[in-house]
Amino acid sequence: MATQPEELRSALSRRYDAGFVTDIESHSLPPGLDEDTIRALSAIKEEPEWMTDWRLAAYRHWLKMTPPHWAHLKLSPIDFQAISYYSAPKNKPKSLAEVDPKLLETYDKLGVPLHERARLAGVAVDAVFDSVSVANTARDQLAKVGVIFCSMSEAIREHGDLVRQYLGTVVPQGDNYFAALNSAVFSDGSFVFIPKGVRCPMELSTYFRINAGHTGQFERTLIIAEEDSVVSYLEGCTAPMRDDNQLHAAVVELVALERASIKYSTVQNWYPGDENGKGGIYNFVTKRGECRGDDSRISWTQVETGSAITWKYPSCVLRGDRSVGEFHSVALTHHYQQADTGTKMIHIGRDTKSKIVSKGISAGKSQNSYRGLVKVEKGAVNARNHTRCDSILIGKQCGSHTFPYMEIRNPTAIVEHEATTSKISDDQMFYCRSRGISEEDAVSLIVDGFCKQVFRELPMEFAVEAKKLLEVSLEGAIG
Amino acid sequence: MMLQIENLHARVAGKEILKGLSLEVKPGEVHAIMGPNGAGKSTLGNVLAGRSGYEVTQGSVMFDGSNLLEMDPEARAAAGLFLAFQYPVEIPGVNNTYFLRAALNAQRKTRGEAELDSVQFLKLVRERIKEMGMTPDLLNRAVNEGFSGGEKKRNEVFQMAVLEPRLAILDETDSGLDIDALKQVAAGVNALRSPERAFLVITHYQRLLDYIVPDFVHVLADGRIVESGDAQLARELEAHGYAWVRERTPAEAHA
Repeated sequence: MATQPEELRSALSRRYDAGFVTDIESHSLPPGLDEDTIRALSAIKEEPEWMTDWRLAAYRHWLKMTPPHWAHLKLSPIDFQAISYYSAPKNKPKSLAEVDPKLLETYDKLGVPLHERARLAGVAVDAVFDSVSVANTARDQLAKVGVIFCSMSEAIREHGDLVRQYLGTVVPQGDNYFAALNSAVFSDGSFVFIPKGVRCPMELSTYFRINAGHTGQFERTLIIAEEDSVVSYLEGCTAPMRDDNQLHAAVVELVALERASIKYSTVQNWYPGDENGKGGIYNFVTKRGECRGDDSRISWTQVETGSAITWKYPSCVLRGDRSVGEFHSVALTHHYQQADTGTKMIHIGRDTKSKIVSKGISAGKSQNSYRGLVKVEKGAVNARNHTRCDSILIGKQCGSHTFPYMEIRNPTAIVEHEATTSKISDDQMFYCRSRGISEEDAVSLIVDGFCKQVFRELPMEFAVEAKKLLEVSLEGAIG
Repeated sequence: MMLQIENLHARVAGKEILKGLSLEVKPGEVHAIMGPNGAGKSTLGNVLAGRSGYEVTQGSVMFDGSNLLEMDPEARAAAGLFLAFQYPVEIPGVNNTYFLRAALNAQRKTRGEAELDSVQFLKLVRERIKEMGMTPDLLNRAVNEGFSGGEKKRNEVFQMAVLEPRLAILDETDSGLDIDALKQVAAGVNALRSPERAFLVITHYQRLLDYIVPDFVHVLADGRIVESGDAQLARELEAHGYAWVRERTPAEAHA
């Protein structure tokens, strides 16, 4: 990708701000982090006292922690006092005409609808964006069956008991350095509650989340699926949400009760830095789901193409008997991007099953690692895991690494691991070109085929967009 | 003249394989290139299709009046050149229909023609698969993935039928085929013969030429065409072996 001009980046960085209502715009916090910052943040958000205390407990825990040791990542130290933990919007572009044409061109390539482009570019969309009625229709439809889908801030105010019951039960405040930080300062996020026996009537996506599409660097998402319920949640954006902020530390918690099923799909394309490795997001995310009830199921599907550094291991705690965890991942790195991603499958209940499919694509001078843990606890009789990790290398300067960890404490477990590393062969390239397909298109075609197994898991329209995203991300990978 | 090869010299990995090959092909003609192993038959196909690693050191190749050697492989394809591979490569996960549509539309785009939408394209491939007498499951499988040798060769001919090239080069398309598969492949090729289209049929055995009857037969030995004739030449070769050609052209035998 070409160098990201300053205006473009700043235009994009405003995307979070667009959703805030006018009366809180003045509440902007100066950079820095201490207990007063957290109290102020909590006050701005009109949170109940228990929430403020919860944040403070997390903060106190965080102070005692040290940043993790990065096994296979290179990064510069983060100055947490230089970050503003709550920022209000500044000058938004008034119309699409004020947005950098290069950015619009990219959206065009991705086929993002016009009103969506405006929203993504941070244009004051209220004036031009007429999806309010669509959003309301969705909300009514959901309310009818008892599904709650709102911003985390709203949930804390309106559904405090539910939030209090589940928040931090999958990812505790002190789980890890970045999860602790997130617990202290999270700005917003999504809250989903699917009541007993309800099959959510639509795919829930951040596109349709009302008034809360613009969460900050510290998002907090909580999804609760009660007994016998089913939900599919789509996160992220298929257009490049470029951003010059340095740190993105989200926490996602999923809770599946008896026989419930949660499918969580992510397409992540934060700003990856330029082709010289300058700038880009540090994407340090803690995502974990707990199959708390028997016969429950959690499936993660992710397509990761953005961020300078990705550190992310969507995991499943298989507590319920016969529960099933799945992880399907495509991680693409280009230029100087570094990705260290994978999953943890923790088998606790009897007859639990997990499946891991990881596809890594490395181009340029990037480093792409799969890191995964399969843990079978003592009581997990008849646990099954199948892991498949495939990597493909484009060019000679990139790296691909696989770190599979296994901790097996029950002799009845069957754990399988398959791994391959390959290159796009000259024969494949020539075959495509001899049929009339250009070099660049041939690469995306071959990569697309390589990822097929994971793309199949994505909802239809997401799969199409994920494919386009790979194409755009691979531009200039050859030649 | 559609294809005009003059005094072509080409090297692979530093070794000269083609040593002054000349050949002319007019629209509508079917030329068979025969010769012993190592004569340079496949090198000729690869040089014409533009594979990297094949270095042309001398001579020229004109295709429909353009300098073929200056064109990228994809530009050659768009200009109407097609190579049916001796060893078609597998592209895992890429649907055959999708692949072909990408190829055809890329070619059409280069030629300034309108691209086909998926409905138009599906209609086209279904017609072609029927004409070729092939099973439609070919359309739903990944490109050559898990195909038998015969299926791969049939897929090459099917691709040719969809892409409708002006000049098709068949590189040992008969190798590894049983007699039924051979007949089917030959029938597919024959169905595509037309006054506008030419074929270069590269083969080691005369067998294929019983089914695809060529207008001309050329014997390639040691990087040069040493003898040309009609279909009768192929039969004589079959009867006498390639040593027979060498005896008839002693100068080449010592080259």
